[in-house]
Amino acid sequence: MTFASWLTLLATVAWTAAVVAWSRRVARRARRDSGRRFFRHPTAAAGLAVLVLLATLALCAPLVAPVLPSTQLNITALQNRPPSWQYPLGTDLYSRDVWSRLVYGARVSLGVGTLGMLVAVSLGGMVGATAGYFRGWVDGVLMRFVDVGLSVPRIFLVLAAIAVWERLGVGPLILLLGLTGWFATSRIVRAEVLTLRERPFTDAARSLGAGPWRVIARHIVPNAAAPLIVSAALGIGSMLLLETGLSFLGVGIQPPQPSWGNMIADGRDQLTVAPWISLFPGLAIALVVMALNAVGDALRDALDPRDGT
Amino acid sequence: MLPWLLRRAAAGIAIVFAVVTLTFAAVHLAPGKPFLPPEGRPANPAAIERLKTAFGLDQPLPVQYVRYLAALAHGELGESFSRRRPVAEMIGNALPNTVLLAGTALLLDFALGIAIGVFQAARVRRRADVALTNLTLFFYSLPTFWLGLVLLLVFAQWLHWFPVGGPTDPVLHDSLPLLGRLLDRLRHLALPALTLGLVGAGGTARFQRAALLEALGQDYVRTARAKGLPERAVLVRHALRDALLPVISLLGLALPFLLTGAVLVETVFSWPGLGKLAADAISTRDYPVVLGTTLLVSTAVVIGSLVADVITAAADPRIRLSA
Repeated sequence: MTFASWLTLLATVAWTAAVVAWSRRVARRARRDSGRRFFRHPTAAAGLAVLVLLATLALCAPLVAPVLPSTQLNITALQNRPPSWQYPLGTDLYSRDVWSRLVYGARVSLGVGTLGMLVAVSLGGMVGATAGYFRGWVDGVLMRFVDVGLSVPRIFLVLAAIAVWERLGVGPLILLLGLTGWFATSRIVRAEVLTLRERPFTDAARSLGAGPWRVIARHIVPNAAAPLIVSAALGIGSMLLLETGLSFLGVGIQPPQPSWGNMIADGRDQLTVAPWISLFPGLAIALVVMALNAVGDALRDALDPRDGT
Repeated sequence: MLPWLLRRAAAGIAIVFAVVTLTFAAVHLAPGKPFLPPEGRPANPAAIERLKTAFGLDQPLPVQYVRYLAALAHGELGESFSRRRPVAEMIGNALPNTVLLAGTALLLDFALGIAIGVFQAARVRRRADVALTNLTLFFYSLPTFWLGLVLLLVFAQWLHWFPVGGPTDPVLHDSLPLLGRLLDRLRHLALPALTLGLVGAGGTARFQRAALLEALGQDYVRTARAKGLPERAVLVRHALRDALLPVISLLGLALPFLLTGAVLVETVFSWPGLGKLAADAISTRDYPVVLGTTLLVSTAVVIGSLVADVITAAADPRIRLSA
């Protein structure tokens, strides 16, 4: 790693600290106290910092990564080098810089997780709102479908889809993860909508002549946002774990494109000679999922003042 | 209780039926036509027609569907493309290994998870509780396959306490006496079961802590304290009994987690179970094997959640299942 990339890394850390401090200050000054409740969680600020840091690193990958993820530095002299000042996370069997691969891998892993979650949460939100609002046979059909979806463990669902169809690119993979990840969200949203539709303000909207879709879009969904946001935060984590697991098995993101999952798979055979190849991407996954869980928990307490422990 | 149980079982059967239909649909929606020769070679239309007749693919879809159901009812899951063996037989060989692994992991998961959760709830917001909260969050967030690799590196490669993988010692196992064989199995089981158990225990402990804290806020706990019971009795005999109920329902959710983890952990430890079977079948596009395991696993999940419901109902006198 060059002096310049160390400097940009330092700048990223400083930027992260500034963002977290700024959002803390905004939360303290805000009129609503949900922001304050968020930061009352001891791990929330740390979780936020981890997410901001990694998202920034992923976005600015070319600035903080000294080389491209597929660059083979020197296939004879720089195989499986341990971490050093020049190669902070070591190099792998093909003499590629693990740090650069980790940073570019963050783009793939965080991107797939976030986009997959967006698909899942919008679909789950729509299905849940439709089922909860219309009830009756619509509800029955949709929820029985959800029962079926929930009873097949997702990894088997995805494996079955990959076995039947051909190898998937990044786009179809995101779609597949999203299409198999909305079942639990739709149940949560449905439960919320079932109570919201009985509230006076939806009656008011209906009596003013609003159609069902307008009521759902303008009056129900905004009020059901809290559980949606929380399940989105927790959903990215499970998407990320699933994607890295699939990439580890060799059916997710295909090499040479780096994903944290296929980086771990790359290092598997070098475990005894160069454990850092697998170690660091795994730590990165654990760190992100931990941060997402911490932020998700804090969001739940912040957005839903009813039950606090 | 019986009518409720029957209705619940009927719903379960309906779900399995739907999964079967979905797998059938998936196969028939898949791109590609059967019996086409490798690329570049000319196809013989007469031969393709003959093969289609032989395999019943010339029949209309509903007929094929009924035949598929009939075959399933006989335990026929088709034949593996790559190994030329009946899928049912391959699954039959792999199933005991997965049951052993998942069962041991489940035991570790709940024993460890409940113990840690209770320990934390008894000293809530003190230093040990905070430390354990962070630790359980860490384990809960770990990718199972990575934890497996780390345990493998530390305990098998560096310390040589446990073997590096496989269900038994490939050379010595058959020559060992009965007790030796049992110990050999246990030594091979230890690391994969610990991997799944630790990650699961992280989640269970967090859940148990929250459930117990909720129970400790109830009025009957205040009553128990007010009548002068020692804190230990209040915790164990009054609060924990109530707080175990939601944990039982967690049992139904543990099965999908364990089976998902099994796919990855079995691959890491070369453990010849269902998960490894499915994962290996992917690389050869062996979809009868993948769909067969998917069917079996879904059935297991449905049965698991049914069992969890029955246990909850049996354990909770407040639930009256006459309705």
